[in-house]
Amino acid sequence: MQHHEFHTVTGKDDMTAVNPPTPPERGQQHPAQDAVQPASAPAAYIAPTAQYLSPEPDPEAALSIRGLFKTFGQNHAVDGISLDVPAGSFYGLVGPNGAGKTTTLSMATGLLRPDAGAVAVHGVDVWQHPLEAKARVGVLSDGARLFDRLTGEQLVIYAGVLSGMDRPTAISRTKDLLQLLDLQSAAGTLVVDYSAGMTKKIALACAMVHAPRLLVLDEPFESVDPVSAANIRDILGGFVSGGGTVIVSSHVMDLVQRMCDHVAVITSGRVVASGTIDDVRGGEDLEDRFVELVGGRRVQEGPEWLRHS
Amino acid sequence: MVAALVRLRLLVLRNSLKRSVGQLIAVIIGGLYGLFVLAMVILGLFALNFAPVDLLRTIVVLAGSALTLGWAIIPLFLPIEQTLDAPHLAVYPIPLNKLLTGLLISGVVGIPGAITMVASVFTFGSWLRMPGVAVLALLCGIAGALLCVMLSRAVTSAASGLSSGRRFREAAGILIFIPLVLVGPIIAGTASSLENSKDVLPNLANAMSWTPLGAIWAIPSQVAVGDPLGAVLRALIGLATIAVVFLVWRWGLARALVTPVHATSRVRAQGKLGLFGRFPDTPAGVIAARCLTYWFRDPRYLRQLVIIPVLPLLLWFYSSLTGGTFLLQAAGPFVAFVLGITLIADVSYDSTAFVLHMSKAVPGRADRWGRASAVLVFGLPAVVAITLITAAVAHDWMPVPALLGLSVGLLLGGLGVCSVTSAVVVFPAPSPGDNPFKTRPGANTALLGSTFITWGVLALVNAPEIALLIVNLVTGQPLWGWIALVVGIVLGPVTLAIGANVGGRILDRRSPELLVQLQKDA
Repeated sequence: MQHHEFHTVTGKDDMTAVNPPTPPERGQQHPAQDAVQPASAPAAYIAPTAQYLSPEPDPEAALSIRGLFKTFGQNHAVDGISLDVPAGSFYGLVGPNGAGKTTTLSMATGLLRPDAGAVAVHGVDVWQHPLEAKARVGVLSDGARLFDRLTGEQLVIYAGVLSGMDRPTAISRTKDLLQLLDLQSAAGTLVVDYSAGMTKKIALACAMVHAPRLLVLDEPFESVDPVSAANIRDILGGFVSGGGTVIVSSHVMDLVQRMCDHVAVITSGRVVASGTIDDVRGGEDLEDRFVELVGGRRVQEGPEWLRHS
Repeated sequence: MVAALVRLRLLVLRNSLKRSVGQLIAVIIGGLYGLFVLAMVILGLFALNFAPVDLLRTIVVLAGSALTLGWAIIPLFLPIEQTLDAPHLAVYPIPLNKLLTGLLISGVVGIPGAITMVASVFTFGSWLRMPGVAVLALLCGIAGALLCVMLSRAVTSAASGLSSGRRFREAAGILIFIPLVLVGPIIAGTASSLENSKDVLPNLANAMSWTPLGAIWAIPSQVAVGDPLGAVLRALIGLATIAVVFLVWRWGLARALVTPVHATSRVRAQGKLGLFGRFPDTPAGVIAARCLTYWFRDPRYLRQLVIIPVLPLLLWFYSSLTGGTFLLQAAGPFVAFVLGITLIADVSYDSTAFVLHMSKAVPGRADRWGRASAVLVFGLPAVVAITLITAAVAHDWMPVPALLGLSVGLLLGGLGVCSVTSAVVVFPAPSPGDNPFKTRPGANTALLGSTFITWGVLALVNAPEIALLIVNLVTGQPLWGWIALVVGIVLGPVTLAIGANVGGRILDRRSPELLVQLQKDA
């Protein structure tokens, strides 16, 4: 499916697909191929975000998505998303609730079959070669249960052996991960008795145990207390500086702005802006820029009866 | 406020039906069945116009008592509805008494409540010969049905007040199950021992009419047989019961509103791998270890595990009633059959945790083999032991080889067939941590279809063993039994191998679709 898209963010309706005369050079300089946007754009003026992507998934990118579609009944959950996540980047996927973040990430990790489109992880097609692709990805699914009748330690070892390693390796990696995530004291506790933050952390350990090159984390900070969140952030930062790629979905803009180097804004199943954080926010605060892009902000004081003074 | 609560209840009912067409169809079929039963009951009640008053009294009092008892016990296993329970309503400033009225009426509005109410009210139908008694019966029917609803509410709120700890809840759920399974034989036993005195049922009815369970139901017939004093006394018992139940409910609800559900946890140190240290370190091996851990740790599996000791006991009981040993010796194949088809719910029980198998790209074959071997580890020894022990108890060793052959065939065959069916369909099952006895709307009918197909295929696969067992029993020649044993030992593993391979291939292809369904059910 070919998708050269010229995204304007001033209105979704005039978002017509335009074939650029020549695709710009792909490969080496990832930031350059991402959104091009004047950094000095005045706040009131919303500059168009142009995205020139190759028709086929980019083998150099850690995660490359082309023309992804998914419809649930009447609802176009993902409506033609194309995206490149450069290798070695810390990528934030932001969007309002119901924008299609979880659906996109599920399709990108081989958990949900897309209606159309292609996904490649480090050049391996996720839906044609699922085994090879999944070996390169660690997934944390938002809202999915865990096998919570196992102890935390058993669960991570389980995840490790499932991804093909032998027991001694699984045990020693589990030990390291539990230490890294500060879960040693709860290693023997059933996961069902864990707090929300501990549950996220043990799920993260399951995602990381097979040393994937790409971590896809759906809402990793939801219901996690600030201290655990800071620890997780450090661990992810370490993962990226060690050569890995992390993609997180979130709607906490502040977190994304501080943590990520790249960001894509999704709304109504489409990408409305993508690129380095600085490109996308264009001198503004990411949160303000996000609200501008997504729209829907209303300034009003609320009904009379709700005012007490 | 009361109206709002009732409307909320109906809205939840309607919206829960909207979630999927399959569920809607299932509920419609269930509803039609309920209506059919209700129509039969009403018809029966009118037919009782032609019965003598004594018989009428026995039937209504016993049925009414059983109904009331059912409403008291069943909510312990099946939370009838959860939208209107205390934790959900605690945040709203609703006066307690209005809340009680609203919950009472919304209880009557639900499907079981409505059926109970209609059936109870129609007890007036049997009294067309005495219009005065008919009016009384109508009132008593309403009171009886309201008592039922209140009783179930009181029991749930009192029980949830006892402890909300996970372990307690889960243990209680299983422990209550055992006497409940055995309640049939116990009643049958006492009934058959009392069979000689044929007044047992009228006497039982008479006794029940003095208890809180039966008093209300006995009032109309007491007047009809010309005992107004007895009727007044029973009315007092009934009113006192209603008052006490109401107060218990009120107390329980008031408590539940200010006591949020809390979880307890126990912290243990690292290094206890359990079964994960003993099984082979392959995907199939750890899946077997995980499943086996669940078999002994998850109430939903434990409930099925309880069958191993309980089923032979039940059959022993029944066969001791009839005097033969046939039923007792069927225990081995019976348990094998039940254990074999437990696998049909395995993926459904995983719920969305199944996503781990997908994201780690576990081959479908490994998944199938792991789940099946977990059952084999305890199922095979259990089935063999049961067959041998029952033979020893019955002093009849002749059919043992054929029974063993059939047991092995049923257990392995069942696992093989379910390896395929559970890769094709998942259905709404109790979620992890839920009450294992909870049925989800639509689960039964959805399960029914795949279960019937599974049974059919299983019967077909095991036809040789069954035929050989019959020949063995009819001719009495041991040779046929030994042939059955060999056939079972060969055919069983072959079926399992084919099932695991086919099921594995289906799983490889269909797991995203299964996950979508699991997410819908979660």
